[in-house]
Amino acid sequence: MEEKIVFKKPALLEDKPLHYCPGCTHGIVHRLIAECVEELGIAPENVLGVAPVGCAVFAYEYFRCDMAEAAHGRAPAVATGMKRVHPDKLMFVYQGDGDLASIGMAETVHAAARNENFTVIFINNGIYGMTGGQMAPTTLEGQYSTTSQKGRDVLVNGYPIHVCEMLSQLKGPQYIERVSTHDAQHVLKAKKAIKKAFQYQLEGKGFSMIEVLVACPTNWKMSPEKALQHIKDEVTEYFPLGVYKDRG
Amino acid sequence: MEKTLMKGNEAIAEAAVRGGCRFFAGYPITPQNEIPEYLSARLPEVGGTFIQSESEVSAINMVYGAASAGARAMTSSSSPGISLKQEGISYIACGQIPCVIINMVRGGPGLGTIYPGQADYFQAVKGGGHGDYKLLVYTPATVQEAVDITYKSFEMADKYRIPVLILGDGTIGQMMEPVVLPEMKDPATFPSKESWALTGCKDRPKNYMTTLDMDPDRLEAITDRLFDVYEQIRQNDVEYEEYMCDDAETVIVAYGIVSRVAKAAVNALRAQGKKVGLFRPITVSPYPDKALGALADKACVKKFLVAELSKGQMVEDVRLIVNGRKPVEFYGRTGGHVINTEELIEVIEGGKR
Repeated sequence: MEEKIVFKKPALLEDKPLHYCPGCTHGIVHRLIAECVEELGIAPENVLGVAPVGCAVFAYEYFRCDMAEAAHGRAPAVATGMKRVHPDKLMFVYQGDGDLASIGMAETVHAAARNENFTVIFINNGIYGMTGGQMAPTTLEGQYSTTSQKGRDVLVNGYPIHVCEMLSQLKGPQYIERVSTHDAQHVLKAKKAIKKAFQYQLEGKGFSMIEVLVACPTNWKMSPEKALQHIKDEVTEYFPLGVYKDRG
Repeated sequence: MEKTLMKGNEAIAEAAVRGGCRFFAGYPITPQNEIPEYLSARLPEVGGTFIQSESEVSAINMVYGAASAGARAMTSSSSPGISLKQEGISYIACGQIPCVIINMVRGGPGLGTIYPGQADYFQAVKGGGHGDYKLLVYTPATVQEAVDITYKSFEMADKYRIPVLILGDGTIGQMMEPVVLPEMKDPATFPSKESWALTGCKDRPKNYMTTLDMDPDRLEAITDRLFDVYEQIRQNDVEYEEYMCDDAETVIVAYGIVSRVAKAAVNALRAQGKKVGLFRPITVSPYPDKALGALADKACVKKFLVAELSKGQMVEDVRLIVNGRKPVEFYGRTGGHVINTEELIEVIEGGKR
């Protein structure tokens, strides 16, 4: 009987167990990146990546391409240096919410304003995961964290930051979309968005950012199933999905 | 060789381009602005990249990226801006990423003054950022030396895979002197960095640049390697100048702009028959400890006088090296008060403290 391959690991992914917690959707996003690269016909040798500080700090262990691990929040600056030296490579920058929207906000805004020709994959799970669940710039109003133990009080802690909405006000960025990973349908939509962002980059259009809502069952103190339901019911209400900028 | 009259900062910028620098990121701060200004126009002429970054923090991280990607890369700043770069410098040192960093030192602490200072010595030679590492640090005393050092720094950075810091001062950056510029190097002739650089993993296993290792044994091995490299430089590539030290009874120890004042003082005192010499470290990290130690052992040397534009920083290294063999005196002024020849002579003759 002839064997027909119907499912395989994309070439960009290492064959290595992920360190992420059960129910975390980082792994899905890793795979989406790799699938998009493969479907666009780009060999791993033509891909460069930058990993953040946060839960994805070891992302360079999982992608089979040359990668740099950046200091906390500095990934867009590091990527700027790399991409300007190798403008012919596809460059993805992988960052969490603390990395991108707190300590690295300046790097993010200015990379977007310069219209650097790379794609930022922005993982928003509303919490500092790696350090044990502290309040993030995207922690929802009223949400528990280890540094907002009675729930985020906007009078004390201020408001969460809507990154897509904010960056879309700039002239520089070409494509900005917020997607989610809470069910199969949204995962497929997320993939479509990432692929489009990569396409824009390959066409030399410039800066793109895909914000991906991701579950953190461990620090949200929820079951994986309930965490996905929480994204659907609460997080997407506060951070509406959709295209925020598309300069075409 | 044709001489050109050039401002220190611009001469350094041109020397960097000729030494193969093809990427620069920086942020405005006085007294180094002519470096980014010059390179913003010059680098595109040779196919290079200039970026005015949003901050010093970003500038050093852009250098981290560009140098990791294999380019000869540089950033420049002055004291407060160099403080901001320390995070990135620590990462760059750990990653053994060759690059060049210029500090046109001004007076501090805080915003201090835009006038020349030498109070960033500790920061430059003791590490500066977090963790165990050292930089290769040069201290030019003339615009010509700044040119030669900048040109050579890219070679040294690549040879040892170490970040090189050029510790100038506002005077070196701002004054004009005649210089002979070196030949333009062709980056196509530089040795391959394919074994570690992030260039795309064609026909080889992937490379990654990280400074994270959760295994204490591996982390210790990485740190040991940094210090092995530093020791190799200490054995082979420290630089210094001895001026009229053969029969000197008093040896002035000074670097950068102060060493030029000291040389004038030595000349004036020698004209009066007084036995004064100058020891001028050109690398201050690693320090030329063997050469200075040999002077401390010389019978004719009665004492050392360290002169600096600080409250006493290099003097600590000199005292460590001399180690009680001879008295080590200190004279220092702070930012903007460049010691003048008469003042230094008065100090040497014992009339001023």
